[in-house]
Amino acid sequence: MKAAEIIKNGLIKENPTWVLVLGMCPTLATTTSAINGMCMGLATAFVLVMSNIVISLLKSVIPDKVRIPAFIVVIATFVTIVQLVMQAYLPDLYETLGLFIPLIVVNCIVLGRAEAFASKNNVWHSLLDGLFMGLGFTWALTLVGMVREMLGGGSIFGFNFIGGNDGMLLFILAPGGFLVLGYLMALVKRLQKNTK
Amino acid sequence: MAKKAQSTLINMLLSLTIIAVVAAAALAFVSGVTAEPIEQAQRAKKEAAVKAVLPTFDRLEEVEIEGVSCTKAYNAQDALVGMAIESKSGKGFGGNLVAMVGLDAEGNISGYQILETAETPGLGAKAGEWFQKGNKGDVIGKNPAEGLKVKKDGGDVDAISGSTITSRAFCEIINNAYAIYQKGVNEQ
Repeated sequence: MKAAEIIKNGLIKENPTWVLVLGMCPTLATTTSAINGMCMGLATAFVLVMSNIVISLLKSVIPDKVRIPAFIVVIATFVTIVQLVMQAYLPDLYETLGLFIPLIVVNCIVLGRAEAFASKNNVWHSLLDGLFMGLGFTWALTLVGMVREMLGGGSIFGFNFIGGNDGMLLFILAPGGFLVLGYLMALVKRLQKNTK
Repeated sequence: MAKKAQSTLINMLLSLTIIAVVAAAALAFVSGVTAEPIEQAQRAKKEAAVKAVLPTFDRLEEVEIEGVSCTKAYNAQDALVGMAIESKSGKGFGGNLVAMVGLDAEGNISGYQILETAETPGLGAKAGEWFQKGNKGDVIGKNPAEGLKVKKDGGDVDAISGSTITSRAFCEIINNAYAIYQKGVNEQ
């Protein structure tokens, strides 16, 4: 598999959100604003890269039967590191995202990539896969967050353009998350079909 | 691809143990490095909140009243001008709601700042601004002696639209803070 293919897979062809439909819990929970979605995506991308590298390095010494607990320990370690570092050096960001950071552990993308990719490929490709799967997740979350913030709060990246705080609240709440995600997913699939 | 380790008991035990030990060591290291900055960040946040909610003061004094840490503020003549109390309510819509509440010498609310919240974004999470001076639910200057209540419960506080539960929790926070304040004032 070539690097270019891995990049394309992560960003578009096998995009974790639009195509694999993995990690819907953080997708719906953190995309109440564009900036939250983006930060969550980047935090996940970091964990993905690190866990993919380590798991790829360890793939030949982990026996098959205990691979899942081994992967989870590796992933949980990196998530906790992200959480501690964020709490120490970016306390403001931690305040908005703090609740959802531990959830990265159970994000299916991270375990999914460990299982489907890193445990079968070399370190360099696993790093690329983690990075671009993570970025694919990030742009998807940022887009969902932008739409929800726009409709629900009348602002983009915190910049208010309707001069008030009275957007359609529904879009900030969970049902709006599902609606936006569904429509965007349909739109992305449609665009992909056209370019094929 | 290198040959995979066999799933024998000894292999499984060894690999999992080693991974867990290495992970624990890595975490212990990071936790040690970050402990100090985390504590500093939290203390800075608390101090900023104390300053924000109190009227002008010259001297602060940390006290503990019934296990709640409070900050008493005095003016240059050493008279009490207010008290900042960290108060919390477990009845928020999303769990705990914690706020720093400032009360002046007469027991009127001089300010508040939400420290911890798990309320719904766009609804209950508005509590940080909603009850501030000049906003719809303005409580600044009110005296909670009679107990602060939202309009729905017969009080005079405008609840956040769509977030009565958060608003009730907020009133409870203020009322709890006031109870502590009374004890703090009587102690003098």
